[in-house]
Amino acid sequence: MGLLIDLATTILATTRDVLPIALIMFGFQLFVLRQPIPNMRRVLIGFVYVLLGLSFFLLGLERALFPLGRLMAEQLSTIQLDTAGSSDVNWADYYWIYLFALAIGFSATIAEPALIAVALKANEVSGGVIGVWGLRISVAIGAAMGISLGALRIVLGAPIHWFIIVCYTLIVIQTYFAPKVIVPLAYDSGGVTTSTVTVPIVVALGLGLAENVPGRSPLIDGFGLIAFVCLFPIMTVMAYAQISQYRHLRAARLRRISDQSADTD
Amino acid sequence: MFGLFQALLGSVRDLLPIMLVIVFFQFFVLQQPLPNLPDLLVGTVLVILGLTFFVFGLEMGLFPIGESMAYAFARKGSLVWLLLFAFALGFGTTVAEPALIAVADEAAKVAAQGGVIAMDTASQEGYAWGLRLTVALSVGCAIVLGVFRILKGWPIHWMIMVGYVGVLIMTMFAPEEIISIAYDSGGVTTSTITVPLVTALGVGLASAIRGRNPLIDGFGLIAFASLLPMIFVMAYGMAF
Repeated sequence: MGLLIDLATTILATTRDVLPIALIMFGFQLFVLRQPIPNMRRVLIGFVYVLLGLSFFLLGLERALFPLGRLMAEQLSTIQLDTAGSSDVNWADYYWIYLFALAIGFSATIAEPALIAVALKANEVSGGVIGVWGLRISVAIGAAMGISLGALRIVLGAPIHWFIIVCYTLIVIQTYFAPKVIVPLAYDSGGVTTSTVTVPIVVALGLGLAENVPGRSPLIDGFGLIAFVCLFPIMTVMAYAQISQYRHLRAARLRRISDQSADTD
Repeated sequence: MFGLFQALLGSVRDLLPIMLVIVFFQFFVLQQPLPNLPDLLVGTVLVILGLTFFVFGLEMGLFPIGESMAYAFARKGSLVWLLLFAFALGFGTTVAEPALIAVADEAAKVAAQGGVIAMDTASQEGYAWGLRLTVALSVGCAIVLGVFRILKGWPIHWMIMVGYVGVLIMTMFAPEEIISIAYDSGGVTTSTITVPLVTALGVGLASAIRGRNPLIDGFGLIAFASLLPMIFVMAYGMAF
């Protein structure tokens, strides 16, 4: 019974969040474009699916994954407290946190619905050249690196903007060398990563760390993790494209060489 | 029916990694039993079903409507209405975003502790509301800018680099407490419903306009939506 009530409340809350978008879209469709929507019935059924799906997803996360994820982030950040002492923080003592950040960053990104959507679209638009899994895995690797490095930053207490400046510089350099078609998609993937699954877990990790590491304040050091998760996927997606291009070129060159030697024979 | 079953299998595969990570850390690192097992099982089933329905509805509803509206706007040929729609979509989806509400409330606490605003609830609520409006305004402007770029076919990397320089310049002048919050606000704005809609809008526009490549010109709207909030929020922090 409690489950049904929770489900109803979640569906209501999701509907309320989606309502402004739906109103804007249908408003413009009716009053500005003044055209019937093709396959209206199908689109509406699709909307209902999305609404139900998102509600189920959120409720399930709230019941299963988030309580455990939050608890873990908290427990892992307190575990090292007795060995670290109260005054001097040794960053290497927190190795389980970095490993947890790496693992949870990767797996949460794989489960992210918004990223699935963008990967499906990119695959369709590129005519299959950009693989759904290739994109998702490279974004997930980036997010994992970002969260892990962000956790290290909180432990070290270093100012965030130096990290951001270095990341920006790397992105600018990489943009120069990466294949031009991937650049817009790579920039997009940063913002796409941080959504329903990733944000709550990352925020819990950041706040847990900032509360438990001596000398850190949750209000100042607890923020900034999401910014890292946004930057690293940009680099890994461009790297993914660079690696595929390199392998493609090398294969083509090898083919050419073997063709030439076949000609001379 | 078979399609739904396949989608279900896909969702299990998508969610398997995160479950394995949690089970591994719970049993082997923290060495504790799983608490509240029935809740955990129900929750897992709900997550799998939810993801399946979402992906199913995505292809049926969100993608087609985003693209058909993009085509309709391109046919109509009215720049003003298109940009107005872009702004409304960005502003409307962001102002009610739950993740943003949470971050804005936290930010108000930081500001109160830092002595920027008074400690009472009224001024904290006012600050949080102002921050939400600022972010929503910035996302609205970002989608407008992004749509304009698609129409003009401008290369994205120059615009993003100008944005990066803007972020760095603002960082030098913004009060220290707001910097991390500003950086984070870029990421929390793009929700699970906004992303597919905005992506479909961009790709649809780029396919409808002659001379535009959907891959090169169609993507990039979300990149603006994660960049502009940083600049706007730091400006908001400086204004106080």
